[in-house]
This record gives sequence, structure tokens and C-alpha cells, in this order.
Amino acid sequence: MSSMTIIQLFVFMLAGFVGVQTINRIPPLLHTPLMAATNAISGISLVASLVLAGSGDGVLATILGAIAVGCAMANIVGGFLITDRMLSMFKRTQSAAADNSKDGASSAATP
Amino acid sequence: MTEILIQLAYLFAAFLFITALRALGRPDSARRGMQLAAFGMAVAIIATLFQARIVSYEWIAIGAAVGAVAGYPLGMWVPMTAMPQRIALSHAFGALAATLVGIGEYVIGFSGGTLVRSTVAALGLEVLFGGVTVTGSLMAFGKLQGILPGRPLTFRGQNAINALLFAACCGCVVWLIAFPTQPVVFSAMATLAVLLGVLFVLPIGGADMPVVVSLLNSYAGLAAVATGFAIDNNILIIVGALDGLSGLILSIAMSKAMNRSFANVLFGAFGATVTDAPAATVAGGEMSATTVEDAALRLAYAERVIMVPGYGLAVSQAQHQMRELGDLIEKRGGDVRYAIHPVAGRMPGHMNVLLAEAGVPYDKLIDMDEINDRFGETDVAIVVGANDVVNPAARTNPASPIFGMPILKVEDAKSVLVLKRGKGKGFSGVENDLFVDRKTSMLFGDARQSLLDLGLQVKEA
Repeated sequence: MSSMTIIQLFVFMLAGFVGVQTINRIPPLLHTPLMAATNAISGISLVASLVLAGSGDGVLATILGAIAVGCAMANIVGGFLITDRMLSMFKRTQSAAADNSKDGASSAATP
Repeated sequence: MTEILIQLAYLFAAFLFITALRALGRPDSARRGMQLAAFGMAVAIIATLFQARIVSYEWIAIGAAVGAVAGYPLGMWVPMTAMPQRIALSHAFGALAATLVGIGEYVIGFSGGTLVRSTVAALGLEVLFGGVTVTGSLMAFGKLQGILPGRPLTFRGQNAINALLFAACCGCVVWLIAFPTQPVVFSAMATLAVLLGVLFVLPIGGADMPVVVSLLNSYAGLAAVATGFAIDNNILIIVGALDGLSGLILSIAMSKAMNRSFANVLFGAFGATVTDAPAATVAGGEMSATTVEDAALRLAYAERVIMVPGYGLAVSQAQHQMRELGDLIEKRGGDVRYAIHPVAGRMPGHMNVLLAEAGVPYDKLIDMDEINDRFGETDVAIVVGANDVVNPAARTNPASPIFGMPILKVEDAKSVLVLKRGKGKGFSGVENDLFVDRKTSMLFGDARQSLLDLGLQVKEA
């Protein structure tokens, strides 16, 4: 096992701890956006696909790489778009309260 | 020099990704955080294009163009109700990318004679996790989309066969670590992994999909970690670890909410276990039906109302009607909250998204733990399309198959209104004491129509 692998194991372990700390703080309210977001971010495997598709190491590797690029790219584009679409729907009462307060005032006066 | 700049770009991207996940801790900062993450992704991709190993760009351009064209509809056109299958499909995409990279790198290493044990070990695990996730996710997609039957498909000795397949896969990985240059063993392992993915999801019913989809998320992350080890890329290790843990944490949370042990989940031996249990004995009693007029009158003069949406609400697409009824009650001065059980939808947090889409502000969407204390001072709790998640037997009756499952304490409310299609049992086939409770009134009929009628009556009351 090379020293490179050892360093990678350290990175893996520390990233794991960061992950547990970070993800446990995310409320159940946002668990679906979280899954969409991790999906989008895991599209980072595109960087491995890019290298394979562009390395010119034979036809098979190039084609496998190109398909992989397509899959990862679809996840990145689709993942970030859908996460943004979802998160844009989560609104506080305040904005609604602003126009409700007009209605509220008039309805409070009528009965 | 270029290599150092590329690595620095990865470091920056990793920083932005973790920042984005932290921002997801709060709904008001989440969107901004994800935009930063998208920027980080762009930086990482552009930096990679300067890698010394990349010599031609044609196939990259073709793949990227096709992927982007396919990704746009996956992002913009998919309805929120279809989110679980959409996520399952993208797990399949992500895992397929990892698997193909694993195979491709093995091919290059084999023909170049540069295969070393540690790399092959990583590539093996990558293809193993990737392969299982690809077909497993496609099966989950098929079940959620209704292409495949949602009920568990079982045959005798299924678990033994799955265990055997898994053992064979692990055996292949060990073999490859001992003798790295054996493409036959490598392809055998890939084939077995793909087969295992199919057989692993086959016996799992549609209602258990939240656990499966989360678990496959975790596997996809582990495949990315293995890729990172194989091609010495730290950002893949970091992102894969985050992804893997996120999936693991969510699937543990989901299995708790569904009253299954996590060991049960890990070995995929879940599915039909609940329905086999002996039927629980229930305190007998009749359901008392009510009319729209009576129910609406009570709602109109209620001070505190809690809506309890279940999956039945999403099935009848009645989220908007529920929100409109809530608005009308609020207009009359009542306080309306929405109680969200962790498995109310078909994936973690699904119900929150559906209600947010219908225009319910997120500060009115309250998690189970927080809202359970509020039922005691609630005048009317309205249960729509939910059954097991409000069944008091889960807390009181040790003989019940769902005993121990965390539930919404709807029975603590001063009165309960249940909107239900008919007198049938819930998904697990368990009788529900709540429905025969004296303070419960049943309003039978299609949830969407009932909510609409209630809204009209509340307006006139």
C-alpha cells in the first residue's frame, strides 16, 4: 500500500466525519432536496469520465468514456436544475403574510 | 504546474460542495448554497479539461452535449410527484458512469500492463457497487413508475441466492487482488454485480422504496469513492463519502420511521415480513360517519387545526385542495399546521416538497417529533389518506405488527376528522383503533372532492 493510498484513506475518513456532522444538521423538511443535491454533486464523477473519454487509449475506452460523460453530465445538468426548482418552492410565511395581512385586515373588519 | 492548479481547483470545488451541504441545513440559505455548488462544479470541470492525459476532445464534446440535452428535461419537466423515480433514475446514471469508468480503466491498465493490486482492488469495488446500483436503481425506477409490478416478487431461497451472489462478487474482488490481470474474472464480477442489483430490489414492495432509494444513493456514493481511489482523485473520494453517508443516514432514518431494524435493511431481507404477522386484536367498535356540512362547521369555528397528509393525498393529487382549505380556515382566524410523518411520501421528505409546491409556507410544515406535543391543544386534526402512521396501536398494542413504529399522536387531539376513500385497511392490513375512537368522525369519499367540498362549506359557514 503506497503512501498515496494512506493519505487517501485519511481524506476519506475526514470527509466521512464532515459528512455525518453536516448531513445530521439538515432538517427532514429538506431531505428530498438533499437527495437531489447529492445526486447533482456526485456528478463530479464526470472528471473521471472526461479523462477516460479524452485519453485516446483505444476505441473501447473512448466509447465507454463518452457514455460515462453523457450520464454524468445528465446528472449534473438535471440535478442542479431540479434542486433549484425544488428549493425555489420553499417559501416562508412572510411573503404570504404580506398579502394575507391586507385580506386579514378587511375580513377582520367585516364580520 | 498545471497539475497543481487543477488540484487547487478541486480543493476549491470541494470547499464549495461542503458549504452547499451546510447551507442545506436551512431553507432560506439552501438555494444560494446550491448555486455556489454549481459554480464549484463548473470550476472542477473546466480545470479537468486541462489534464495532461486528455489528448482529444471530440468524444468528450459529443458525450457532454448528449448528456446536457438529456439532463434538461430531467431537471425541468419532471413533476414533483415523480421525484422518487426521477432520483432513482439518476442514481442509475451516476452509477453507470462510475461502472463504465471502472471497466474502461481496467481495459487501459490491462492492455498497457500497468495494473497494480491496489488499483485493481479499487476498480473492482467500483464496478461491484456501480453494477449493483445501476440495475437496482433501474428496478426501483420501474417499480415506482409502475412499469414493473410494485408488489414484492419473491421466490423460494431468494435470500440464499442473493447471499451467494454477493459472496461470489466478493470472491471475484479478492481473486483480482491476488491475480490482477484476469479480465475474465473481472467481467464475471461485473455480470454478477448487475444480476445482484436486479435480484436485490425484486423482492421489495413499492411502499418500502424510500429505504431502497436512499440505500442505493449510498452505494452510488461508495462507487464514486472507489473511483477516487482508483484514479488517485481526492475530490471523488470526498464527494463520494458525503454522498454515501447522506444515503446511509437517510436510509437509517427511513427504516426507523418504518419500524424496521437497520440490519434488516442492510441485508435487503425486507418486504413481505410485516403482512405475515398475525392480525392484531382490536377493541371493536363502529366507525361513525359524518357529513361535509357538520365537518365544515367544526372546522370553521376551530381555533387550532392540524392537517395530517399521507400518501393517499399525493395519490389523489389533492395537495392544492388541502392548502386551499387550510387558507380558508386561517382566514377565519384558525391556526393551521401540517404534520409531516417521515414516511408520508415515497421518499425522504417527499411530502414537504409536494406541499411546498402547492404553496404551503415551510414554517407551517412541522416534523413529527415537534408537532406531537401540539396535538393535545388541537381542536380538529384532519387525517387525509394516512392510516398506519396515525395508528395508536403502534404505541399501545404489543401484538400489533406495527408496534414500535413512531406515529403522529393524532388521537391526542380534541376531535379527529378522517378523510378516507372507503372502509378498507391500510397498506399493512392492520385495523386502526383511531377510526373507531369516539372522538373520530369519518368522511368517506375521494380525498380531493371531500377537501373541495369542505372548502366550499367553510367559506359559507
